[in-house]
This record gives sequence, C-alpha cells and structure tokens, in this order.
Amino acid sequence: MLIFAGGHLLPGNVGRAMLGPFADPTAVEVLNHKMGTDRPVLVQYADWIAGFLTGDLGESYAYRAPVAPFLLTALANSAKLAAVAFVLVVPLGIFGGVVAALYRGRAADRILSVAGLSATVVPEFVSGIVLILIFGVWLRWFPISATWKEDAGPFTQLYHLILPSIPLVLILFGYIARMARAGMIEALDADYTRTAVLKGLSYPQVIWRHVLRNALLPTISVIATQTVYLIGGLVVIEILFHYQGIGSLIYTAAKKKDFPMLQAGVMAIGALFALTTLLADLLYARLNPRIRYGGRE
Amino acid sequence: MTDISARDHTWRDDLRRLFRSVTFDIGAVIVLFWVGCAIFGPSLVPHDPFADDLLNSLLPPSSDHWFGTDQLGRDVFSRVIVGARDILTVAPIATLLSTLLGTALGLTMGYFGGFIDEALSRLVDAVLALPTVIVALLALTALGTSTLTVLFVIAFSFAPIIARTVRSAVLTEVGLDYVAAAELRRENTFYILFVEILPNVLPPILVETTVRLGYAIFTVATLSFIGFGIQPPSPDWGLSISANYGMIGGGFWWTVLFDSLAIASLVVGINLVADGIESTLND
Repeated sequence: MLIFAGGHLLPGNVGRAMLGPFADPTAVEVLNHKMGTDRPVLVQYADWIAGFLTGDLGESYAYRAPVAPFLLTALANSAKLAAVAFVLVVPLGIFGGVVAALYRGRAADRILSVAGLSATVVPEFVSGIVLILIFGVWLRWFPISATWKEDAGPFTQLYHLILPSIPLVLILFGYIARMARAGMIEALDADYTRTAVLKGLSYPQVIWRHVLRNALLPTISVIATQTVYLIGGLVVIEILFHYQGIGSLIYTAAKKKDFPMLQAGVMAIGALFALTTLLADLLYARLNPRIRYGGRE
Repeated sequence: MTDISARDHTWRDDLRRLFRSVTFDIGAVIVLFWVGCAIFGPSLVPHDPFADDLLNSLLPPSSDHWFGTDQLGRDVFSRVIVGARDILTVAPIATLLSTLLGTALGLTMGYFGGFIDEALSRLVDAVLALPTVIVALLALTALGTSTLTVLFVIAFSFAPIIARTVRSAVLTEVGLDYVAAAELRRENTFYILFVEILPNVLPPILVETTVRLGYAIFTVATLSFIGFGIQPPSPDWGLSISANYGMIGGGFWWTVLFDSLAIASLVVGINLVADGIESTLND
C-alpha cells in the first residue's frame, strides 16, 4: 500500500515542480521554441506524461536532439558512481553501527556517533575539495577528474571513481551507522536475545543468529530513502569532478534553461525513488522472518 | 520526558548540564567564533576583502597575507573572516522561517488529525521525495537567482521535516488531561494550540531547529558553490571555492582550503551544539 501511495504521489510532485518553469515569464522564451506551450499547463502535462510512458522524452533545446540518449548515458554513469559509493558505505556503516551498539555508552560509541554525525553535515563539495587536495594534488594517488579515456577498462573506471565516491560515503555513513546502532540496541534489549543468552548460546552465536538479522531490518529502509539524498549529492560531486552523470545533466539543463532535459532528468529521479522504495520493501519482506516463515510453513 | 510539570523545575539544571557537556562547549565556541567574525569581521581584518591587487595575485601564504591571495590579488584571510557574514544571515533566517511554518503545520496536523492530517501528510511526503538541491535548482531556474528565492526554497523544503517532528510530539500531548481541560473550558483552538500545547513540545522543536540550521548552512553553501546561491562579489565561502577550484590542479591550494575548513568547522560546530542539546534533553 505504501508503495502504491509512493508511486502515485511522485508524478503529482514532479508536475508541481514543472509548473514553476511554465508559469513564469521565462515561458515567453519557451514559446519561441515552436513548442505548443500556449496550451493550458494541464494539457501539456498530460501530453508529456504520455510521452514519458512511451519513451518519448521530447527534444533538448540546447542540443537540438532527442533527450532520451543523453539521459540514459547520464543515468548509467551516475549508477556506476552510486554503486561504488554504496558498496563502500553499506558494510562500513553497518559495521560502525554494530560496533557502536556493542560498546554502547562507552568512548567508542561516542566517538563513532559524533564523528558519524559530523561527517553527515559537511557539504560534499567541501570534503571533495579537501580529498582532491590531499590525494589528488599533494599525494597524487588518485586522478582529480572522474572522466576517463574512451577505451578505459573497468578497473581504470573504478580507479577514477574512488575519490568522487568518498564524499558520498562520508555523508551516508552517519545515517546508516545511526540506524544500525538503534536497531542493534533494540534487538540486544529484546526478550528473544535474553532467551538466546539464557539457553546457553555463545556470544558470537547470539549476535550473528539472533541480533543482527532483526537489527538490520530498519536499516534497509533508511538505505532506500537515502537514495533521494544521494542524487542531490551527485549534482555537486559530478560538477566538482567533471563527471557526466544525471546530476551534471540536470545542472547543465538548469543553467541553459533546457526545460525538456530538466524535466526528463527530474522525472527520472522521481521514478528512481519509487523504484528503490519498491525494492527496499521487497527486500524487507524477504528478510523479515515473520513474513517468510508465514509463507513457507 | 513523560512528566511535563517536573521538566519546568529542572530547566536550570538542564542548562547547567548543557554547559558541562563537552560536545556542546566545543560546538558553542566554534559557532560563537564565526558569529563574532560575521559581526565584527569587517572592522578587524588586515586587508579590504574586496580590494583587487592584480600585481599580487595568487601569492602563497606569507606574513603579509596569512592565507595568501586569490586570482584577483584579494587577501584570502580577510575574505574567509568576512565570508561568514552572508551565510550566517541567510541560513538562520531560512531556518527561522521553516521552523515557524513547520511548527504551525505540525500543530495543526497533530491536533486535528483525520482528513486534515492525511492531506497535509501527503503534501509533506511529496516535498520530501525530491532532494533539496534539485528543488532549489528548479525554483531558481524558474524564478531567477536571488537570495530571497534561496531563503524561501530552504524554508519550504525544511518546513515539512519540522512539521513531522512537531506532529509526532503533539500526538502524545493531545490525549493528556490538560488539553481536555482546556477544551472543556471552551478555549478557542488557537489558544489551545499555541498557548497550551506549544510550550510542551518546545524541546523537540529546539533540537530539530538546531539540526536544521546545520543543514541550512549545508544547503546555502552548496547552492552558492553551484552558482545558484549567494552571488559575487560576496566573499562567501562556497562562492570562493566555486571561483577557485578550477585551478586546484595548479597547486593553488590556499585559495580553496581555508574556505572549505571554514564551512566544515561551522557545520560541525552547529552539529555538536545540536548533539549537546539533544542528549541533555533526553537524559
């Protein structure tokens, strides 16, 4: 039901966001571009949604070419960057949260919590600049631009993406670690953990088999909601590292007032958000023993 | 947090414990330092932060220019100090606006419930579905770049988050006797919301506002960096980084490093203050 609500909510939301560009004096400029923009906004909206569903995203004003190929390349590039960030941050964040929970109230917990929170509030371009200075300019370990040569293999690509992904990792780490910690603490205090300890299971067994599985459920939904945030972060990171992804596509479109491109980009983000929410819900159901056992036995 | 009347008596205790919290103290010192720079900076700095001196451009740090000079020969140290000014004006005003809007919205949602709550919750979800930076890009493209637009975009995107916090705090209050008593006395709704309930949900609002202030600075800095926020010739940190990071490969690190550290220290400072307040109120 939640997914359904989420799915229905998004088109309306993007529609409202689109209303801005059209309701404004800049619409006059848009009029010049042969488009039927003198029609009521709702009609255009319906038209455009129909186009979106059939894969016709219109033509870019700036490039005089269909939007769709640009969008697909950008999405693929951003997906690579996001994937590197997620692969790094999810295990790290969960590990950090678990350690903090196991040492609850002690120095390790405080340090992890405060450091995690602090990393979360530092803007990506700030940590990005500092990382570029240290690892790109002074130590020369990593390239300072994320763009690779045409024929670069997967390892070269990965090498270029490590530095840009770290600011995203820093931001997400705090959120994931905080949720993992809260989930762990709740599970550690639960009756079934007590039972497991009392029936004589060893400490690692209790943690692995009883605590972790229950503790990590809420973390999954947090990871899903953070994808929205991640895309906002991609705008900045892709500009800073000169990377051709969805973030820099939206940014360039906004700068050039290329509305079809801008709309397609924002709509893609909306769709992506709905999709990740759906995936998270499915994964949640898969991992939740209450639902799984109910289905099988 | 359950016994409301007992809390009022411990207000002074709370404050004393707050000042004893190390995270709060460190955060407060950092924040006060930058507030001081924002207020008194222009009269204290050694050079005019706006004065071009093309003969002395891109000098590395020295005893005359502590943080070096930028492309136009302007003193980076003076610019970093005075750069606190714009962001520390825009971000707090935006936060205040979003707190006022969010609190009113949250009180209404929590108190009335039912259809009003349902409809407003949908609206809140809709706003939260898009990243703030994207909302800001759309709004600023449509309405043109101005500080006022930045202000309203932040207020508009943060209000739902505050509303959500206030709403859940209000939900635990509406069932309590004092609300029922006020209703039986036939107080008007406005009075019940703002005079009876509001004082009791202030602690979570205070925490949320402090946290939001950190994010408002995050957002203003980010928007300035991508050219949609504070505009030149302001010595704003995000703006300076945006103007200078292209030369980073040339080794001119001093033109961006100090601005970066300034932003990082300010947001971390505010965050430490928020953390201190939160743990004091939750103990």
